[in-house]
Amino acid sequence: MTAPLLQLKGFTRAFGGLVALDHLDLAVAEGEILGLIGPNGSGKTTMFNVLTGIYAASEGQAEFQGQDITNLSAQAVCERGIARTFQRSRLCLSLSIFDNIMIGKHIRLDRGLVFNLFRRRAFAAEFEAAFAEAHDLVRLFDPPLADRMFESIGTFSMIDRRRIEICRALVNRPKLLLLDEPSAGMTEEETRQLMDDILTVKTRLAGLSIVIIEHEMGIIERITNRCAVLNFGRKIAEGTYREVAVDRQVQEAYLGVE
Amino acid sequence: MAPVPSSISPSDTAWPAFVAIAAATLFTVVFMWAETEAHVFAVIAAGAACAWAARRFGVYARAARIFAAREQVLDWGAIAGMLMLLAAFHEEHFPLLMTATVLLYIVACLGLNIQFGYAGVLNFAAAAFFGVGGYTAAVLVRHTAIPHPIVLLIGGAMAALIGLFLVLPVLRTRGHYSAVITIAFAILFRTFLEVNDTLGGPQGLKLPALQVFGWNFNRNFEIAGIGLSFYVNYVLLALALAAVAFALTRRLERSWIGLTLDAVRLDETAAACFGVHLARWKALSFTFGNFMIGVAGAVYALMLGFIAPSNFTFGDSLIMVSIILLGGIGNPWGVVLASAIVVVLPEKLQLIQEYRFILYATMVILVLLFRPEGLLPRRLRVYFPGWSPSPK
Repeated sequence: MTAPLLQLKGFTRAFGGLVALDHLDLAVAEGEILGLIGPNGSGKTTMFNVLTGIYAASEGQAEFQGQDITNLSAQAVCERGIARTFQRSRLCLSLSIFDNIMIGKHIRLDRGLVFNLFRRRAFAAEFEAAFAEAHDLVRLFDPPLADRMFESIGTFSMIDRRRIEICRALVNRPKLLLLDEPSAGMTEEETRQLMDDILTVKTRLAGLSIVIIEHEMGIIERITNRCAVLNFGRKIAEGTYREVAVDRQVQEAYLGVE
Repeated sequence: MAPVPSSISPSDTAWPAFVAIAAATLFTVVFMWAETEAHVFAVIAAGAACAWAARRFGVYARAARIFAAREQVLDWGAIAGMLMLLAAFHEEHFPLLMTATVLLYIVACLGLNIQFGYAGVLNFAAAAFFGVGGYTAAVLVRHTAIPHPIVLLIGGAMAALIGLFLVLPVLRTRGHYSAVITIAFAILFRTFLEVNDTLGGPQGLKLPALQVFGWNFNRNFEIAGIGLSFYVNYVLLALALAAVAFALTRRLERSWIGLTLDAVRLDETAAACFGVHLARWKALSFTFGNFMIGVAGAVYALMLGFIAPSNFTFGDSLIMVSIILLGGIGNPWGVVLASAIVVVLPEKLQLIQEYRFILYATMVILVLLFRPEGLLPRRLRVYFPGWSPSPK
């Protein structure tokens, strides 16, 4: 068996006395879609935040492609090939679709002062290439959206913003994509469309692994290979959706105990 | 924000654009000619009426469309307008001094705009960095034989360097801590100058004339029998600097750097998650901006021939910030317009000169209330004007 892409060992984060993430062990294999579920406050988003360097881990270890990435800065985690979206959209509303996607490509763009200010021909070439790439990526999601690359994000609907946010995370060709509740604030129909999009993209970008936080069990059942259930920061179950759905602890966590 | 049309139809003639430029130039000339308070108010009223009519009859909209599609028309038009102004006042010291002051304020505020408008780094010490440039130039031209053009660059470099040392420790933190440091610096800078005898104390320093390649900037001269004020030299130099600063600012905005600075300002967390090193970019924008402010300050000091601590107060720093707010945060043309308004208006209205801070405060409050994005709001980024994706 090959080593997992991402391996968490005893991953812990405490805020004062509150242990938001409690000795979590989790592995993500290359190419799989792992669902992360659990009630509100069970530590799912905290896990993303600690993994991507927004918070420091209190204890434990994260290994990515066999290398220790525990407590690396957010920038360093990005450079290793992990990209994410946020639960509350963090797009820049006053910028265009193209600009927002290019923020995701930051580390691959030439940020040199001389290049940007004085070598405009070379810049134009890089710009054209970057535009073509962003354009193709957006087309995978929604062709009409690709014709509106230079319009302000503020004018778009929630589902389009999510698509753009995912494009922003994907444009860098990460190996692992972390999706934090992509269905939040969307209708059932929109959610269904977005999941279709994600599955399409997944097949086009070979080898991409995804961890998705979701509340909608329908989504989890449909798109994940495997899922892990968190409650009070601890993993209480792991397996295919069918396995965890019948787990007694999981049912108690979601429905409460009589 | 309205999308910018990428092309204009052939039926659009360019005349509204030229009319707009000519009218703006004419207005400025007449405005600066007006002597009495009554005349000044009459000119403002007439200008406002014309502007309203232009809007009402669509000349304004058509001109704006042409400027958006062919921005060289506006760029060169503005420079031509400035040269007309120069011709109109070629032997009058005071209007030329005002014009050069406006142009140097444009350079400084474009620098401030890179810091505040793009990277979101607040700088409440712009006048102090302006003063660093000025005092550096004063000391160097008095005591060394360094060629003056290089002195101007050193003035900018000193401002950049001091700024960097000042804020580097706090740029690693989040939020507006750097703003507090700059406020402290702005206030301490003046006190420092006043007690420092080497720098002339409260009396300040006198500077010799600016010399570039043997040309003395402080001598009136003649071309083809027409007498010219020596301030023509300074207006031309300031115009050249302003044009370069403007071109650099616009290129910066239309590049990956401009985009990165926007990302830093708008969402630090998201930017960090995509690999943006926040401190590095804030430091870059702060240094770049202070360099422009310092160069402008050096030219300003040489032009005045005399500088004192009272030229570089905290109040002056606030005026520069209000120029950015008034003009439209992040829009270089807004900086140009607001610099002209803020520098010239109190000079023309002697009545309000003593109350100019009240005037500025009122203007800023009115703008924030009724036009929160400023007189000329910033548009969406266009990397290459007129560029549109090639059809596949």
